[in-house]
Amino acid sequence: MCVGIPAQVVEILPAEKKSAIVEVEGVRREVSIVIVLDDGVKVGDWVLLHVGFAMSIIDEEEAEAQLDFMRMLGGVYEEEVEAFSADVPGVGVPGAEPAPS
Amino acid sequence: MKFVTEFRDPEAAKVLIAEIAELAAGQPARKFMEACGGHTHAIYRHGIESLLPESIEMVHGPGCPVCVIPMGRIDDAISIASQDGVTMCCFGDLMRVPGGSSTLLEAKAKGADIRVVYSPLDALAIAENEPDRNVVFFAVGFETTAPSTAITAMQARERNVSNFSIFCNHVTIVPPMKAILDSPGMELDGFLGPGHVSAVIGTGPYQFVSREYGLPLVTTGFEPVDILQGVAMLLRQLAEGRAEVENQYKRVVRDGGNPSALKMLGEVFELRPHFEWRGLGFIAQSALTLKDDFADWDAEKHFELPGVRVADPKACQCGEVLKGAIRPWECKVFGTACTPETPIGTCMVSSEGACAAYFNYGRFRAKKRIPVTSA
Ligand code: SF4
Repeated sequence: MCVGIPAQVVEILPAEKKSAIVEVEGVRREVSIVIVLDDGVKVGDWVLLHVGFAMSIIDEEEAEAQLDFMRMLGGVYEEEVEAFSADVPGVGVPGAEPAPS
Repeated sequence: MKFVTEFRDPEAAKVLIAEIAELAAGQPARKFMEACGGHTHAIYRHGIESLLPESIEMVHGPGCPVCVIPMGRIDDAISIASQDGVTMCCFGDLMRVPGGSSTLLEAKAKGADIRVVYSPLDALAIAENEPDRNVVFFAVGFETTAPSTAITAMQARERNVSNFSIFCNHVTIVPPMKAILDSPGMELDGFLGPGHVSAVIGTGPYQFVSREYGLPLVTTGFEPVDILQGVAMLLRQLAEGRAEVENQYKRVVRDGGNPSALKMLGEVFELRPHFEWRGLGFIAQSALTLKDDFADWDAEKHFELPGVRVADPKACQCGEVLKGAIRPWECKVFGTACTPETPIGTCMVSSEGACAAYFNYGRFRAKKRIPVTSA
């Protein structure tokens, strides 16, 4: 929760939603981009994700470094990805296909 | 050098290790605290202590948000969750945190409607989908997650979701650092500053470390090479007689922090006069509560809370671990009565906690100090 997971933006949703679809380990989900809107977040960007919010835009190299770190954490990261992937009624992206890996 | 080969950049690591050795040789023994649970993990997992000279000791700080929740607040949450019509939503790692008499998991087994969510927005969505439930989000975390709760509160107000409220337990990182610096017998020579918390608050709030305590602080990333570099920067400052706030993690941390996130924090939250931290006691102005503008979404305004202060179990030395006064394995129940399966203290519950980190990767290197060359 306290350590951000890197996610890649795959789609920016209509402006009034202030959210985007991001992908983590092949799983897609809607997250809030309110905090990075002013930074001009766009499709293809990597973001650091905390509890469903993109907190900062990072470059690809940092995303990789962060992924290495998260994978090293093992359990903590798996819990985060599992939580990220969980279905919540009315949230997430119904029917969104996981990306081919 | 067994561990160095796992690094992304073994060459850079070797250069840094040599530099650290040289700097350390010209100085007295040094004790540095890493305030962030992520750093604790990286240090244990990569055996970084074994790469450092004997004279440098890393101590673990209070930087795990689940670990610092006092038992009384868990009891308060359970009391809210046990009321008719209430759905309590929380992050998964809170479920097994021991309260005074039970955990949220046990309360759920007894019939309370407690659901694990990934995001506060999920809790808000549940409230909108189930208008006859009284949905409460159990908010915890440092400045990394507080903006998320702030935005959720703003959305609840915007969309006028009246069956949603927040049980706010957000804490801030600077006051416990002060409390630790003020605690008798705690002699630190510097801090590795947290990574992602600093991405939100910037480096300004740490200035007191250098100004008031004359100590260096370096905000640091999570790669092994980042941590080595952070340590080298601390030693360099000490060698040159400087005590400054430096930023090793410029890739993510801007000096001014994240203005949008800070603005939202300011809009929704204010400081509580005091808040209890597990093992650390009450710390003034160390936690956030919702402003009056958001009273309608503040669970503490809707529910009677027992608010009882529950003493930590006798055997538990989490407070000492959180302050860096003892190492996890020095706790008498570590690995025997207290394990991740049967945690007594919070530091073992949350996988971000120091005891869990040490239990998971550290034990085989107990007491550290494996000479670099023979590893
Ligand atoms: S071993 Fe258990 S009881 Fe001891 S400090 Fe760690 S979490 Fe607390």
